[in-house]
Amino acid sequence: MPLIIGVPRETFSGETRVATVPEVVQKLKKQGYQVVVEAGAGALANIGDDGYREAGAEVLASAREVWSKADIIFKLRRPDADEINLLKDGGTLVSYIWPAQNPQLMEQLAAKKVTVLAMDSVPRISRAQKMDALSSQANIAGYRAVIEAANAFGRFFTGQITAAGKVPPAKVFVIGAGVAGLAAIGTAANLGAIVRANDTRKEVADQIVSMGGEFVPVNYEEDGAGTGGYAKVMSEGFQQAQRETFAQQAKEVDIIITTALIPGKPAPKLITADMVKSMKPGSVIVDLAAEQGGNCELTVPGEVAVAHGVTIVGYKDLPCRLAKTASTLYATNLFRLSEDLIKTKSVEPESDAGKAAIHLNMEDEVVRCTTVINQGEVTWPPPPPKLSAAPAAAPKAAVPAPAAHGHGPSTSVSSPTRVAVMFAVAAALFGLIGYGAPSDFLGHFTVFVLGCFIGYMVVWNVTPALHTPLMSVTNAISSIIVIGALIQVAPPLSADITRPEMLIKGMAAVAIALTAINMFGGFAVTRRMLEMFRKN
Amino acid sequence: MSANLATVSYIGATILFILSLGGLSHPETSRRGNLYGMIGMAIAVIATIFGPRVTVGGYAWIIVALLVGASAGLYAAKKVKMTEMPELVALMHSFVGLAAVLVGFASYIDPSTPLEGAAKTIHEIEVYIGILIGAVTFSGSLIAFGKLNGKISGKPVLLPGRHWLNLALLIIVIVFGYCFIQAENTDAGMIPLIVMTAVALAFGVHMVMAIGGADMPVVVSMLNSYSGWAASATGFMLNNDLLIVTGALVGSSGAILSYIMCRAMNRQFLSVIAGGFGAGAPSAKPAGDAAQPEGEVTPVSAAETAELLREAKSVVIVPGYGMAVAQAQHTVNDIASRLRAKGCNVRFAIHPVAGRMPGHMNVLLAEAKVPYDIVLEMDEINEDFPDTDVVMVIGANDIVNPAAEDDPSSPIAGMPVLQVWKAHTSIVMKRSMASGYAGVDNPLFYKENNRMLFGDAKKMLDEVLAALGA
Repeated sequence: MPLIIGVPRETFSGETRVATVPEVVQKLKKQGYQVVVEAGAGALANIGDDGYREAGAEVLASAREVWSKADIIFKLRRPDADEINLLKDGGTLVSYIWPAQNPQLMEQLAAKKVTVLAMDSVPRISRAQKMDALSSQANIAGYRAVIEAANAFGRFFTGQITAAGKVPPAKVFVIGAGVAGLAAIGTAANLGAIVRANDTRKEVADQIVSMGGEFVPVNYEEDGAGTGGYAKVMSEGFQQAQRETFAQQAKEVDIIITTALIPGKPAPKLITADMVKSMKPGSVIVDLAAEQGGNCELTVPGEVAVAHGVTIVGYKDLPCRLAKTASTLYATNLFRLSEDLIKTKSVEPESDAGKAAIHLNMEDEVVRCTTVINQGEVTWPPPPPKLSAAPAAAPKAAVPAPAAHGHGPSTSVSSPTRVAVMFAVAAALFGLIGYGAPSDFLGHFTVFVLGCFIGYMVVWNVTPALHTPLMSVTNAISSIIVIGALIQVAPPLSADITRPEMLIKGMAAVAIALTAINMFGGFAVTRRMLEMFRKN
Repeated sequence: MSANLATVSYIGATILFILSLGGLSHPETSRRGNLYGMIGMAIAVIATIFGPRVTVGGYAWIIVALLVGASAGLYAAKKVKMTEMPELVALMHSFVGLAAVLVGFASYIDPSTPLEGAAKTIHEIEVYIGILIGAVTFSGSLIAFGKLNGKISGKPVLLPGRHWLNLALLIIVIVFGYCFIQAENTDAGMIPLIVMTAVALAFGVHMVMAIGGADMPVVVSMLNSYSGWAASATGFMLNNDLLIVTGALVGSSGAILSYIMCRAMNRQFLSVIAGGFGAGAPSAKPAGDAAQPEGEVTPVSAAETAELLREAKSVVIVPGYGMAVAQAQHTVNDIASRLRAKGCNVRFAIHPVAGRMPGHMNVLLAEAKVPYDIVLEMDEINEDFPDTDVVMVIGANDIVNPAAEDDPSSPIAGMPVLQVWKAHTSIVMKRSMASGYAGVDNPLFYKENNRMLFGDAKKMLDEVLAALGA
């Protein structure tokens, strides 16, 4: 008998989304799940019960039936007290949980001996992106934030020159370039606004530019990248410099969209009342951090407030205002998660009891992080993630760019002791040579050392594309050894010396022939290769 | 020609050699650089032949030997296929090594320049070292040639206790070196010299045999370096500054190339030389292999590939050794130019260790007349992958393996790789699901946005080209 996935109607007030949509129901069925949906679950997202039925789901009249029939519950909002009571012992729940903020909820769930997968705890690694509901919903929030701002703003976003006069473009300042911030930048830029953005993590500057925004730096050296792709709390000095930058921007721009969040902490207060006061009348602030207290001091979470002539939008439910898209993306995230559960052998198709069962593979990083309660046992918090979501920085630090042109390699930072030891060894070697060797040898040695240095300097300038020709030309040049053979063939001999003439002549002649192969072959083949390198 | 004139000619030759290497900094100037090299070599050879150290009696010998060598060399240069460049270069290194050995022996038995005291000892050390380096270069290059050629298996041959074996060989070399310097006359010195040569030959064989196929770029450039040092040692032996400088130029060039290659694989030079990597052997995998990728690969047909390419606005092609083996570079260029004619932004991404010698892929693409300004290095293109519609990976594996970045337990962890998985779609052309030279499975193949096009690269690309034209 296949596993049954149940999708109840969301009971949280103001929630319009639903945890699955008909297209995803079809995919889940293909994977071998059965799906039951509570009647009216998708009504607020404009998805009728018939749509679910057509897709192959069973529509049940009441929430109680869904909760009792399903093995796995797919939900959005964390369960309320009633829903916890409905939850079957030994069942599995997949929804937002926010375990850090809701210890009591965790206790209640653990007491029910259930398994809980928290969609907010999906690790931020490349492999898990497809099930990262926070990202998919943040994207929607970022888009909607711009739409809300446009709604409250009394002007065009784009600049226009019309017969009726000139309209200046709106200036938008986005704080925090995470998924939501980047979505907001892209949306605002597409509407024609001039977009600027700031983030404490330096690595996102390029991403801001790629979305059509302009990066506004804070004049202070500190990188804000924390673990898992999130930002960390910054130092006091940085915050001071940051406030100055923001105050400056507040005077210039028409719209501010704030998205700054630090995991597990209240949102940082970045926009002070004074900054709001300094903004032009009619300006708009959209505070995406409203749920965590807001980035603006004057934000009223969940409301639209007007202060000093500035509209401050503090909606907490921006994704709910795009219910259809938000539901579809969330449902797809859940589908990917269920797919991964199968792939990582977490679901055994048929167990002994004739009923499929879920065995969570806790070796798998994604499953490990997402599972916050495993059959009544609290498994949150997980061990720290192995890699940052932006691994680019790590290899760069470890490996200096191979394309280092110019003089010398971009030497990795060597410790002073190491340098000192190297110098000591070199000095000892030189001392030894100076002590033991005759002056004749030292002349040659000077030439040798200088030759090495010239080679070192010259070769670092060779472009990597020409490394093969470089090898073949150096190979041709190394046939200079022919000179050694040449002077052995028939040197001017003083009369009193006899030498094994034929032996030496023979060896020298063979050496000449060998090096001639190199000399002529090497240069010819290099020439042939270089002829091929052409520009368009 | 007087001795002074010869010396001045040597200085001229040295400068020309330096200019020759300097010219390679850009394709535009590289042809002139090669010309400088030829002129420099001609000056050096002519100055020597007509200089004070060669008498008329030797001319016949020299001319015959030069003619024989020149015709063989020119013939080889004309006939060699661009895919066979690594073999040719390796073979040529072995010639330099052998020449160094011959010159060393001849110099030792030649009594024409009698030396006394410290000068004699130094000369003998120079002879000894020159022959040592020459012999290692010779046998090592021959083995490398065989491996690149496929005559010898590319798998590393690991003798038990190989590090101890190497150490023993080194001690033998030092002990016989001492005997050699203590030897009373030339005959007595011959025995330690010959023993040392045999040991050095064995060492060269052993060293290269222990190195896996994927590390070949390092080995080839290292042997390149050795051939330079051999020339330098010969210069010391013969009191010839031109040889010393030129050898030093070549030696440092090869050393830098080896360094660049090692860095491109995030490996220590010593561990490459110590050998054993690049093994197909499962022992290369760590025991706790947590990241064994699982899942389905999505195969596509040539027609579907053509469809994907036709829709794409920007395409990046990543060539690997598989393209060289299949000789597919011309077809690749045809596909690229057809796409470019349609306004698609086609570029090539070259990983520093793609192929079997440094810059191997660049040469192949140049042969197929791919303009070099659309051939980019790893660092230039890596950040463009997220904006790329289709990436076509042709016969490459380890250099596009995301495990190098994601999986710290992977044997290639930390190696910089081309981030092709960030593109919207990647297509990997491969003969089968076998793992690459590093013996590591590639999670890229199992990614959702990846497609696999199985079959011989040349045949498949021909089909893609035909489908594009249709």
